[in-house]
Amino acid sequence: MNAFVHIRILREIQFMNKYQPIIGLEIHVELKTKSKMFCGCPCDWFGKPPNSNNCPVCLGLPGTLPVPNKKAVEWTIKIAKALNCKINTISKFDRKNYFYPDLPKAYQISQYDQPIAIKGSLKFKIQNSEFKVEEKEIAITRVHLEEDTGKLIHQGNESLVDFNRAGVPLVEIVTEPVFRISDDAKHFLEELQTILRYLDVADCDMEKGSMRVEPNVSLMKLETWNMKQEKLPNYKVEIKNINSFRYAKYAIDYEIKRQTEILETGETPVQETRGFNENKNVTFSQRTKEEAHDYRYFPEPDIPPMVFKESFLAKITVPELPGSKVERYMRDYGLKYQDAFILTRDKNIAEYFDVINSKLKSQKSKLQVKSQNLENSIATLIVNKKISTDLIPDKFIKQLSSLLSPKETDETQLKKTIDIILDQNQKAIGEYKKGKTNVIMFLVGSVMRELKGQADATVVRNKIEKEIKS
Amino acid sequence: MKLLGKSVIELKKLLLSKQLKVEELYDYFLNRITKYDKEINSYLSVIVDSSDQVIKNIGNLSGIPVAIKDNFCTQGVRTSAASIVLADFIPPYDSTVVARIKKESGVIIGKTNTDAWAHGSSTETSDFGVTKNPMDYSRVAGGSSGGSAASVASYLSPIAIGSETAGSIRIPAGWCGVVGLKPTYGRISRYGVIAMGSSWDCPGILALNVADVALLLQIIAGRDPYDATSVETPVVNYGNYLNTKKTYTIGIADEYFNDVNEEICGRIDQCIQILKKSGHKIRKVKLIDPKYAVSVYTILQRSEVSSNLGRYDGIRYGSDRSAFGKEAKTRIMLGTYTLSHGYYDAYYKKALKARQLIRNDFEVAFKDVDFIVGPTAPCTALKIGESEKYPFFGEMMDKLCEPASAAGIPAINLPVGLDKKDLPIGLQIMANHFREEDLLNISYQFEKETEFFGIKNQMLKLYPD
Repeated sequence: MNAFVHIRILREIQFMNKYQPIIGLEIHVELKTKSKMFCGCPCDWFGKPPNSNNCPVCLGLPGTLPVPNKKAVEWTIKIAKALNCKINTISKFDRKNYFYPDLPKAYQISQYDQPIAIKGSLKFKIQNSEFKVEEKEIAITRVHLEEDTGKLIHQGNESLVDFNRAGVPLVEIVTEPVFRISDDAKHFLEELQTILRYLDVADCDMEKGSMRVEPNVSLMKLETWNMKQEKLPNYKVEIKNINSFRYAKYAIDYEIKRQTEILETGETPVQETRGFNENKNVTFSQRTKEEAHDYRYFPEPDIPPMVFKESFLAKITVPELPGSKVERYMRDYGLKYQDAFILTRDKNIAEYFDVINSKLKSQKSKLQVKSQNLENSIATLIVNKKISTDLIPDKFIKQLSSLLSPKETDETQLKKTIDIILDQNQKAIGEYKKGKTNVIMFLVGSVMRELKGQADATVVRNKIEKEIKS
Repeated sequence: MKLLGKSVIELKKLLLSKQLKVEELYDYFLNRITKYDKEINSYLSVIVDSSDQVIKNIGNLSGIPVAIKDNFCTQGVRTSAASIVLADFIPPYDSTVVARIKKESGVIIGKTNTDAWAHGSSTETSDFGVTKNPMDYSRVAGGSSGGSAASVASYLSPIAIGSETAGSIRIPAGWCGVVGLKPTYGRISRYGVIAMGSSWDCPGILALNVADVALLLQIIAGRDPYDATSVETPVVNYGNYLNTKKTYTIGIADEYFNDVNEEICGRIDQCIQILKKSGHKIRKVKLIDPKYAVSVYTILQRSEVSSNLGRYDGIRYGSDRSAFGKEAKTRIMLGTYTLSHGYYDAYYKKALKARQLIRNDFEVAFKDVDFIVGPTAPCTALKIGESEKYPFFGEMMDKLCEPASAAGIPAINLPVGLDKKDLPIGLQIMANHFREEDLLNISYQFEKETEFFGIKNQMLKLYPD
């Protein structure tokens, strides 16, 4: 734990009374490779008629064997690199044995003690509740690759199984239990989702289940909280079936409350897996420790261990990620954090912004704009949706120059219009004088509308203010 | 035309010269099966109507009938692995071995008996009855590829596919008096072979002579995109390799003669003398006692079995878990135990390490010698029911075969005549990884030299047309 996190914890402790929440996240992401993890069936299983997206391999028919999808391995390495992980140069698959009707082979091919990557960290900036920008660093325990299961559909008294999803490559990302508040977990998840979309390896659609989040929550009594020892509580509650980041936050908050109440009675919460009911915003018990599985992991004999050569790993590159883009926009263009943040949430918009800027760089002299910070103005226009990013860049630039070009203001026309507008809006003037200075924007807007935008808003504002005050 | 005992290569010549029609040949074997197999029980299913298979005298197999062990998936033909759990399982796909045979115009004549799930060394655990030894119906054919061995020995098929986890080709080949090759692990694709011990399972070939084995190996060996453990090592023309007389260094390890019946030891010594006379150098080597391979095998194979059989949970294949026989249940339980939390390190992990030692042991030995020669089994075919007396019957019988399987090296059983009870004796030759061409070369030269002590004629006189 770095000093920064220490300080955060100390600060947070002041706001907590007796218990320190210890929160970790386990995230599953379906890769959008063309074919499944171990066979040639397509990965886009969603919405297809049940059991129509299968072959003998993903149905686990007797005699079939898995052949790993190289692309899925490469993409997992890409994710691991984006999360600053250490890539294991020798990695292997293991069998995780358990019985469930949606698991065709009665084992899931997963990774146990030699995952593709370990020990990473993700740094990102957030705006906290006091609107201050602060940096977070979340430690990543591991990133591994496995196969998805089928799906059970419960209808009245019967349960049906659809194997369409079985065998889709699934990446598991596990964080250290470093979160102390649910907001941080939510922000991390949003950042992770954005990163994975930047990498173009996953859709990360929580509703379709192509991204799944399982928080684990426990509470540490503060008097026993020894930061040097970092001893974690002797129980852990895992929460499943969460299909939005908001619900993840609710579920964590509910758990903190529930566990606090149990600890207050002097009991220790039970180690268990709980589900989340999104209608009631509560968690409910699904499986306790007594029923926990012994997965009997052992090396998958059907797949030789993977040995990654330096040259192979070097070819897997990571593009500029949203975090770096935010930094760059703030540093190079002087953008406000909030604008840079919004611009970078969608990779396409951020790339569009980059294209416009690089085009303008070569055309800047030709562009008759009076904006002192061109990039900032463009950012504001995009963020406020004043110009559509669906336009081809040249059209965008054309609109941009007409919006930003110095307005030839007809002084007499302006004076006349301001007089008319002020005359019509005596009530607003009264409010302004009482201190509701915000109404000025309404007046400016009205004048601008009347002049069909042919005036500089700042000039208009100054003139109106002068007029009212005089 | 007298076809009895003709080799695949001879039959192929007859087919190619149109002296024999493919249908005629197929019917010939069907008739023999009808005549003899009620008693022997080498087939679990016979494809009486072969009309939907391509029967033409083209391709490398030119319409030769091939018997397939019932743990190889055959599209549209029931594949049960001799367990009633899969009594109704009709695969929608062909195993790679079967697909490659069909591609070369081999005709699948039927599916042969095996121990249920290939768990055993006698076919006595088959849910469809034991396969009897063609030389003596009161005795077992050996297993688990007992059906394939017996069908070849009684000429109910000219050649057959079997599979080994540790000894399941060599033991029945030895006890039935035929040639049985277990190639290098990864030389032949396992795709479509109902998994037993996945890191050991290895398809192989049973035939009356070495040249036929070479011919079929050429067809079924090689990298398969459907099996990640199959290897790229090029497949040579094994047939072309047979005729060159080469001299090799042959290793003899005393450890492989412990607990072996005296008569067998005597015959193996005689074979070694023959090899020496042919110009090969004989050298003593020291190897890890095969009994350690038995422990390694027992733990690793059961662990893998417990995982591989998990899918037959009663939801998808029609029969619930009570349909499993005693042997499968015992193996599932032991394997579940050895993989359990807290026991994994003591059993599975330790066994993996020991397996590596066995591999290294062979690697060192093969620096000095080309082959290791010894007996295939410690005794000749046992009486039906006798195995009941031994809780680890299979492991005892397979003991001499297990080290090669643990190391993944190729090994072959050659028939070397009959004992006093008129039961076949087997000679085993092991070679280094991917040295199949040398293994087949020395086997072929030995066959030319000895005619396998005339065993073929002694067997086939019991099975006239």
